[in-house]
Amino acid sequence: MSAPSTPLALFWADFRENRVALAALAMVALIALAAIFAPLIAPQNPYDLATLSLMDARRPPGFVGSGGYVHLLGTDPQGRDLVSAILYGLRISIQIGVAAGAVALTLGATLGVAAAYLGGRLEALIMRAVDLQLSFPPILLALVLSALLGQGRLQLIAALVAAQYAYFARTAYGAASAERRKDYVEAALATPLSGRRVVFRHLLPNCAPPLIVVATVQIANAISLEATLSFLGLGLPVNEPSLGMLIANGFPYMMSGRSWISVYPGVALIVLIVAINLVGDQVRDQFNPRLRR
Amino acid sequence: MSPPVLDVVDLTTEFALRGGGAARAVDGVSFSLARGEIVGLVGESGSGKSVTGFSLMGLIDPPGRVAGGSVRLNGAELAGMDAEGLRARRGREIAMIFQDPVATLNPLLTVGAQMRMALAAHARTPRRAADDRCAAALARVGIPAARDRLAAYPHEFSGGMRQRVAIAIALLHAPSVVIADEPTTALDVSVQAQILVEMRALAAETGLSLIWISHDLAVVSGFASRILVMYAGRVVEQGPAEAVLRAPRHPYTRGLIDSLPAAAKPGEPLRQIPGGAPSLGALPPGCAFAPRCPRAAGACRAAPPVETREGARAWRCLFPLEAGA
Repeated sequence: MSAPSTPLALFWADFRENRVALAALAMVALIALAAIFAPLIAPQNPYDLATLSLMDARRPPGFVGSGGYVHLLGTDPQGRDLVSAILYGLRISIQIGVAAGAVALTLGATLGVAAAYLGGRLEALIMRAVDLQLSFPPILLALVLSALLGQGRLQLIAALVAAQYAYFARTAYGAASAERRKDYVEAALATPLSGRRVVFRHLLPNCAPPLIVVATVQIANAISLEATLSFLGLGLPVNEPSLGMLIANGFPYMMSGRSWISVYPGVALIVLIVAINLVGDQVRDQFNPRLRR
Repeated sequence: MSPPVLDVVDLTTEFALRGGGAARAVDGVSFSLARGEIVGLVGESGSGKSVTGFSLMGLIDPPGRVAGGSVRLNGAELAGMDAEGLRARRGREIAMIFQDPVATLNPLLTVGAQMRMALAAHARTPRRAADDRCAAALARVGIPAARDRLAAYPHEFSGGMRQRVAIAIALLHAPSVVIADEPTTALDVSVQAQILVEMRALAAETGLSLIWISHDLAVVSGFASRILVMYAGRVVEQGPAEAVLRAPRHPYTRGLIDSLPAAAKPGEPLRQIPGGAPSLGALPPGCAFAPRCPRAAGACRAAPPVETREGARAWRCLFPLEAGA
């Protein structure tokens, strides 16, 4: 076997050495697969109101319901099987987290790199707008926007993007403007090479490491932000409960001994977010030259 | 004698200061460069040698501007040329090598990809032919197994090898003039010596003309055929390297030579020029070197001395050192 030499192969060789990060990555992959194949493995479609029976509501884990199968994690106040509801909830969380993260990344990176590359007034305009927005807590922005836009996936994604793109813009700007001043970029700009080429082959690829780090953290943030909004009743419609809403649904029953309704969706959410953050931490450490051995 | 490749007359570059006024970083620099000639541009930090290099390339950004003078490259006037014209010439007729070999290469692209890009900037070349040219360029600057090294990333090269890659890129289009801005400063002495020897062979072989900017008189002394000594934006002395070093006429050149460690006797403290380089924003009205000069008199402080020419040599001093001193 030849020694790995492409940046990606080197990166993977380093990543593999951290067992915790590797386990976290496996966990993220497992959760993602479970979420993607939720309709195949979930015993019930929790969004199909016809399959729900109030007779099965708020049953403890292990209860055999009217469907004839065991509710491994119990049921929620509408009689949904919690295993199914959690799998479908993860599906929504991941979809929205990744979609919001990807759109915020694209938008933020475009603005940040454009500001660094073009300079002058446009740079000042873009970056001051970003700074202004960074002074508001993202939860506040997301809350106000989703209240204004109403319920629905697209609306929710739009609210999350608006709350998060500024972090990407700031990061991309910082990396791109540092790169912009390096000799090889100056040299490329001094020749007839097109600006597009300089941006796509020099600036963007060199902004990728910090952006990837921010992206993993921001996807986790988007997921927890979405859960928060849903918990507050602002996210998705009630008949499509995401994890946040499942937790909210079980909240009134916490004190009456039926804690499973809130606890299991909560555990699923925590495991997902912690796993993503662990992967993100390792990625960040690997990109940080000061922590390199 | 063939006409000079590069002819610089009265080049002046200014940087606008906050609150009005301007600092002259380059003040009336004139020299010419023959085909295959190596000129060493020497001076302390802040003497304007790098700014001179950037001015020649048309790479002065606001608040700086080339305020006057003429730069003729192969007969074409570069001063005042539009950006497109300059872009078309940079890299093809005149190229530059920078000091820091780390910042001159993109860490994420293979050396081959970057060289092909530099090639594509001026000439569309099919992939195979481009690879041939890049490999040949690498081989010419002494990189072994050049063909295989095209697929390597910059981090797989040592500092000296990276600087060779940068030199190879500068030479890709066989420019007539290369400006080297302290390219060996970051390298260790033996690598530096190797590169100097190779560059000199290259200049002799291909007719490449070199402007070698350095703060290190020792580097330039054995390498350049002619030396320009800069102080506070002006060329205070120029002439054939050997003559300037053997019998400097300007007290500043004398000071530079004396402060070389090789000039000191063991056990004696190293000699230095008293004082520090003046701030360009507040130059004295007369000779900029007068406050530090052991020979300065009243007349030196009145007006900047004009250039005195004598054969191939020239200096700006009212009280030059004796020719045989």
